[in-house]
Amino acid sequence: MPTFVKMTRCDGCGECVDICPSDIMHIDKTIRRAYNIEPNMCWECYSCVKACPHHAIDVRGYADFTPLGSSVRVHRDEEKGVIAWRIIFRNGKKDMELLAPITTKPWGTGIPDLNSVTEPSDEMRNSNLLYNEPKYIRMDEEGLHTLETNKLVMKEGVYH
Amino acid sequence: MAYKTIVEDNIDVLVAGAGLGGTGAAFEARYWGKDKKIIIAEKANIDRSGAVAQGLYAINCYMGTRFGENNPEDHVRYARMDLMGMVREDLLFDMARHVDSAVHQFEEWGMPIMKNQETGAYLREGRWQIMIHGESYKPMVAEAAKKSADKVFNRICVTHLLMDESQENRVAGAVGFNVRTGDYHVFKSKTVIVGAGGASNIYKPRSVGEGAGRVWYAPWSSGSAYGLMIEAGAKMTQMENKIVLARFKDGYGPVGAYFLHLKTYTQNCNGEEYESKWFPELSKMVGKEYLDTENQHFSHKPIPTCLRNHAFINEVNAGRGPIHMVTMEAFQDPHLEEIGWHNFLGMTVGQAVLWASNDVDPKHENPELTTSEPYVMGSHATGCGAWCSGPEDLSPKEYFWGYNRMTTVHGLFGCGDAVGGTPHAFSSGSFTEGRLAAKAAVQYINDGKADGITVTESQIDKRREEIYKPLETYRVYRNHITAGSVNPYYINPRQGLDRLQKMMDEYCGGVTVSYMTNSKLLHIGLKKLGTLAEDWKNSIAAEDIHELLRAWELKHRILASESVMQHTLFRDETRWPGYYYRGDYMKLDDKNWHVLTVSHRDPATGKYTMEKAPLYHLIGEDEKK
Ligand SMILES: Cc1cc2nc3c(=O)[nH]c(=O)nc-3n(C[C@H](O)[C@H](O)[C@H](O)COP(=O)(O)OP(=O)(O)OC[C@H]3O[C@@H](n4cnc5c(N)ncnc54)[C@H](O)[C@@H]3O)c2cc1C
Ligand code: SF4
Ligand code: SF4
Repeated sequence: MPTFVKMTRCDGCGECVDICPSDIMHIDKTIRRAYNIEPNMCWECYSCVKACPHHAIDVRGYADFTPLGSSVRVHRDEEKGVIAWRIIFRNGKKDMELLAPITTKPWGTGIPDLNSVTEPSDEMRNSNLLYNEPKYIRMDEEGLHTLETNKLVMKEGVYH
Repeated sequence: MAYKTIVEDNIDVLVAGAGLGGTGAAFEARYWGKDKKIIIAEKANIDRSGAVAQGLYAINCYMGTRFGENNPEDHVRYARMDLMGMVREDLLFDMARHVDSAVHQFEEWGMPIMKNQETGAYLREGRWQIMIHGESYKPMVAEAAKKSADKVFNRICVTHLLMDESQENRVAGAVGFNVRTGDYHVFKSKTVIVGAGGASNIYKPRSVGEGAGRVWYAPWSSGSAYGLMIEAGAKMTQMENKIVLARFKDGYGPVGAYFLHLKTYTQNCNGEEYESKWFPELSKMVGKEYLDTENQHFSHKPIPTCLRNHAFINEVNAGRGPIHMVTMEAFQDPHLEEIGWHNFLGMTVGQAVLWASNDVDPKHENPELTTSEPYVMGSHATGCGAWCSGPEDLSPKEYFWGYNRMTTVHGLFGCGDAVGGTPHAFSSGSFTEGRLAAKAAVQYINDGKADGITVTESQIDKRREEIYKPLETYRVYRNHITAGSVNPYYINPRQGLDRLQKMMDEYCGGVTVSYMTNSKLLHIGLKKLGTLAEDWKNSIAAEDIHELLRAWELKHRILASESVMQHTLFRDETRWPGYYYRGDYMKLDDKNWHVLTVSHRDPATGKYTMEKAPLYHLIGEDEKK
């Protein structure tokens, strides 16, 4: 929920400013540390929390419907390919640790560079196929679905 | 003002807004356009921008033809049924026949997709959804887009499209400003693919005060896809088809996995099943064809999303709220409990924060649900967006004018929320539509359709002046008052947004009126919206560049809202009870309204014309499975 920045942890590096999709993490010119300039445009998306190298950002639930005292913390590790969460309830009765993978491969290595892929033929251009198709649709030799292959007939449009 | 003008010239494909659709477009454009100059202009940072910034726990559109699960026509039938008949079947079939190839590539790129241990197929949440660990969905597709694009311009708020001055109704690029430096950016391009996403915050949200950012669709979904295309004169379709979501109360945490995978269900405050009792009445409103109470049960056809909302809303209005999600049974299984929490952490963290802070443990307590304020978008269970050409082999002549996903403006393409009539595309379908648009855009250039584009300096200068005017307004009038935000000469973007939200809520069927409107209300609404648009034009003020961003977001929301009101007024029926009601036409009227609605706003005069477009059913009724 809206973020806040811990005075003693923030060094003003600007990672949060760089990532916030709402453009609301800004560096205060006097204290040279980050803060949330517009909490009512915060989506509690945690993008900044995940990006902060010093774990300086935390979230305090929206004042209008969230009681104080609970905590949802996160650590995202691209190298290990995992994200770790810890949820602690307000009454302290529930304390959960949850771990999830974020990738199955070393970060970014599985994505092809299409600059180095052979250029499509004219036949391919004139077809309805996209890159890696038809193979990648069914992972077999079958072609693309069309009205004919699927035995469909176009009916007259309804026009009232 | 000392802001620089930075011109990026000779672009072939400009992607304006790189969320799920835009990244798909940039990625694919490189394959078809080896020698082409591909540029991305994105409002935020593409690593975490758009509706998928915090990740997703499911891919909601996957056929699974490879595993013998569904064919494209099955998906068309489903989406058509869910949208009460009103879809572009050509575009949907086309998206559905390609979407699996996008998902298979995601897996290759490293996306953790869960597997069904017995069958080896992807683990299904429901018939169309597969489960993923998708926290890094957005950074992953961003990586693919970055590899393909010549350059990514992050933090550019695109404000206008540029238009060719040698040939009417042809796009020539886009302009905007850098949200950090304030510089003016001009992108001269042969084609533009708009992927700037749908619209939140058009309607007054249920949340208030500090919590106003807690909307279902991201608060930065500024309706820019619509604003940009409408202003350029592109025709829009189905803009009346806004969506209301039944979600966990306050946090708007998603319910898909809960219903489908965890098998949780809803009940009223007395612990009763309530939906079915509203259906006989509702069936009279919409007709047996859309809700057959007697036979629905036997056919196992899902009930359209809007109709389920209708039952929810009426049960609450009858005094039997709150509606609860019964989680206490499923959550006794520790594995399912874990999935329930992961589901929020993967896409709506705020819901986890909310439950933790309120000590709501769904194992011991059934959480409350609510119905949200309406949203205007085109990739979820709703189909607002631009009127686009389909592919040649699937589209009848009224739906085809040369290039797949091209709007009625030459060289201007759309994907994801930007494209109308294609509900249930979701993340994977939006990405796929981006790919389709990119291929078509390259073809358009290769066919010589973009030759001889002319953009004069005067068009560029005129836009520059418009863009910075809110800063100027602030500078001129600020010292007229001592301090504070109350000024007789201007309003700030937040004040304008509050005004927009209030009028959309009260006149165009928001939450405070239980989603009800009528032609009288809409006429008043349009008048008020007209004065808001005037005030924006003459008197919006921005104190700094950040506020300038908010000002332009508001402008795009106003343009989108006007279109929504015009469309809602045009369709004299209640097609989607539970999304909104026309009090003066409470019934679904297939005799007069089994059609798609199409609007055009004249860029020179701002005048609207509405028309009906034929609805083609490419796919027959019968379900084979
Ligand atoms: C809470 C939630 C849960 C969801 N759950 C699922 C799910 O489980 N499975 C699923 O498949 N889908 C899900 N979706 C839907 C999915 O996120 C969307 O369908 C998809 O992201 C739409 O893609 P898009 O490209 O149209 O828009 P977006 O992905 O929103 O991208 C729009 C892009 O345009 C940029 N932009 C906006 N305005 C401008 C401007 N003026 N100038 C420049 N750039 C601009 C934005 O910054 C953004 O990058 C969910 C969405 C939400 C919000
Ligand atoms: S990322 Fe963290 S340390 Fe860096 S400016 Fe932001 S809050 Fe401070
Ligand atoms: S949680 Fe998201 S919206 Fe809020 S400040 Fe951080 S990055 Fe921005």
